[in-house]
Amino acid sequence: MPNREPLDPASEAIFKRELVGLIPHLRAFARTLCGDATAADDLAQDAIMKAWDARASFQIGTNMKAWTFMILRNQFYSEKRRSWRQSQLDQEAAERTLIAVDDPESPVALDEMRLALGMLPPEQREALILVGAGGFAYEEAADICGCAVGTVKSRVSRARRALQGILEQGAYDRDGAPAGDAMSAILADAERLSGPR
Amino acid sequence: MIDQNDRPLRRASSSDVSEARLRQQAIGVKLRQMFDEVISEPVPEEFLDILRRADSQRSGGED
Repeated sequence: MPNREPLDPASEAIFKRELVGLIPHLRAFARTLCGDATAADDLAQDAIMKAWDARASFQIGTNMKAWTFMILRNQFYSEKRRSWRQSQLDQEAAERTLIAVDDPESPVALDEMRLALGMLPPEQREALILVGAGGFAYEEAADICGCAVGTVKSRVSRARRALQGILEQGAYDRDGAPAGDAMSAILADAERLSGPR
Repeated sequence: MIDQNDRPLRRASSSDVSEARLRQQAIGVKLRQMFDEVISEPVPEEFLDILRRADSQRSGGED
C-alpha cells in the first residue's frame, strides 16, 4: 500500500464523481471477464471499493478509467486463482448471461457474439475488449494487462481472427446445435448499425 | 431509407482483402454494441450505496 497523504475534500469529490461516472464501464468490462452478470456486478463492486480505498494513491489528472480497469482486472484474476469451480461454472454462466440479456430489442447476433467471445482464451478476450470496445489505445491496454504493447497487439489480432473463424463456422455449441450463419447475421446487423457515413 | 453506401473502393483484385476487412469491421461494430449495451443499463443501487457508505464513514459526508 502506498502511503500517501489523504486527498483534500475537493479532490476527493472530483475523484468520487469520476468514479461514479466509470461505474457503467466497469460493469461492462466485468461482464466480459465473468460472463455471468451477477458475478460481474460483484466483481465491479469489489473493484469500486478497492479503487475508493486506494484513492490517495491515484494521481489526479492521469487516466482514471485505465486505473480502475486495472484494479478490476487484478481483482478478477486474484479471485479466479482462488476459485477452483471456475471452469465448471463456465457453461452455466454462459447460459445465464444469455438469459440476462434476453432483451427483445437485442438481435440474435449479439448472443452469438457473446458466446463466441466466451470461447476465446481470456488474455485474448480481454485484449480485444479493451482495444475493440473499451476505447483504449494499445499502450493503455498493455498497462492495464501488465504486458508489452506488442503482446497486446498480437493478442488482439489473434482474437479477431479466432472470432471470425468461430462466427463463420458456427464452431460453438448452442443447445447442442451449431449455427453456421452467425457471421452473416452479424454482417447484416453491422451494416444496418453503421449506416452510410 | 436512402443507402448510398456503394463502397467504391472495392475492386475485384482486392475483393478478398475488402471482404476480410468488412468482416472485421462487422465484428468491431458488434463488440462495441455488446459493450455499450451494458454501459447503457441503469446502474443498480448497490453501486451507489458503496460510495454513500464511504461518505458516511468519512466525517459527516457533506458535499
